[in-house]
Amino acid sequence: MTANEAGPQPEPADRIDGYIDAAAEALGLPLDPAWKPAVKANLLVNLRLGAIAADFALPDEAEPAPVFGA
Amino acid sequence: MRDPWTSAAEIARAVAAGETTALAVTEAALERIEARNPVLNAFTAVTRERALAKARALDAARSQGEPPGPLAGVPFAVKNLFDIAGLPTLAGSRINREHPPAPRDATLVERLEAAGAVLVGALNMGEYAYDFTGENVHDGPSRNPHDTARMTGGSSGGSGGAVAGGLVPLSLGSDTNGSIRVPSSFCGLFGLKPTYGRLSRARTFPFVASLDHVGPLARTARDLALAYDAMQGHDRDDPVSTVRPAEPALPALNRGATGLRIALAGGHFRRDASPEALEAVDRIAKALGVTREVEIPEAARARAAAYVITSAEGGAVHLDRLRTRPADFDPAVRDRLIAGAMVPASLVIQAQKFRRWYRDAVLKLLDGVDAILAPATPFPAPRIGQQTMMLGGAEVPLRPNIGIYTQPISFIGLPVVVVPVPLMPLPIGVQIIAAPWREDVALRIAHTLEQDKAALAPRPPE
Repeated sequence: MTANEAGPQPEPADRIDGYIDAAAEALGLPLDPAWKPAVKANLLVNLRLGAIAADFALPDEAEPAPVFGA
Repeated sequence: MRDPWTSAAEIARAVAAGETTALAVTEAALERIEARNPVLNAFTAVTRERALAKARALDAARSQGEPPGPLAGVPFAVKNLFDIAGLPTLAGSRINREHPPAPRDATLVERLEAAGAVLVGALNMGEYAYDFTGENVHDGPSRNPHDTARMTGGSSGGSGGAVAGGLVPLSLGSDTNGSIRVPSSFCGLFGLKPTYGRLSRARTFPFVASLDHVGPLARTARDLALAYDAMQGHDRDDPVSTVRPAEPALPALNRGATGLRIALAGGHFRRDASPEALEAVDRIAKALGVTREVEIPEAARARAAAYVITSAEGGAVHLDRLRTRPADFDPAVRDRLIAGAMVPASLVIQAQKFRRWYRDAVLKLLDGVDAILAPATPFPAPRIGQQTMMLGGAEVPLRPNIGIYTQPISFIGLPVVVVPVPLMPLPIGVQIIAAPWREDVALRIAHTLEQDKAALAPRPPE
């Protein structure tokens, strides 16, 4: 990843608007329309970076990192 | 003991020797805070009466023949996410101002005071620690003592400004993705982010449970080691506190770096670095005679995964406040947290799976080296309010790029000491990264570099 990848990118997905509205509804989050562009930009960065991590090929048996010790 | 640049070690020695008193040292620190804080904006609360009472008690105990602690009379201050009995724990927010006063100090405050240190106040920070700049819309920005128009770095901004500005010789910060190491770099300080689980986070306000660390900032490597040794040890009040016994770093501090296998991080850790960042890390490598370069595998992907886990865990911590008090957040922090709350769980779990793979890969690399050198930040302190930065010939958003070199390291909890390189006009830091639980190795190397004058916390202009 270069430094550029964390910044605003050309708009890939207007379809994310519906997801944001639905997620806000599902989570009970009030979402002022004025906040939505920034929330959307932040979410798109997360989705892009999340995909970078998720694209790394791992076996089904791979354990997630945090371990709860009883 | 009125010289603001006296080290914690020297203060403790002088107090123990009876050359000065804890009260005189404390009064001098309080005077400096009163004189300089209006400019630096490092402190959000000064615990004057408590500090004077503690100093008087220390002096009385000494006069009764009680042995002084290793930090006798050393004034210190803590990022305002550490509980201080009697004050609400702000964590840089407006919302937490309505919290009741904390009933008890954070564990690390108790341990430093048990060693004879004197708490003088709480320090400014980015809201809820979701920040790399040291700016705060509620309290105003922390200002960098080397150029007050510039950022301290964050989120432990006041922790950097207070020590670099000579107000106190020691502070505590927290580091989730770089929040001790970034201010250490921008303010020209030594900073220790210990191994995940090494120092207790009990009674500190959380941000990202699986990434939160706490640690000291100081103007010398010895002061870091002194404070670190005083704070070690299991704490049942922090569920991730290690049960390993304390492993003091001071006894080996003078052992030098000879015989240690040290390498320079290539790839991700040189890409997008400014000329200043490269000069600093190359200078440190040269001082240590390091010629070997290693590639930390998948570091950029690690940074991406840390970013996503941070967003999601941060969004979860603040979900209820986002529902009920969204207008009371810094708008930029709020919008990041709302987005974090919406990140699909599948991506977070994949990031956590990758995290274990990455940990295993880096630990394998650390079988062959004792320490790895990397820049702490891609550039020295930007101007307060600056939004973009030239990196690799392109204009990029500033804030998310400040942590590109710190995030892949804290992601797997490795211990790091940042050493300051006194470039002109602004200092910049270099990370000394060691294997888990080997803070002693990183501190030894930092101390050696300081003895050789390759690393030095520069005094800001008068």
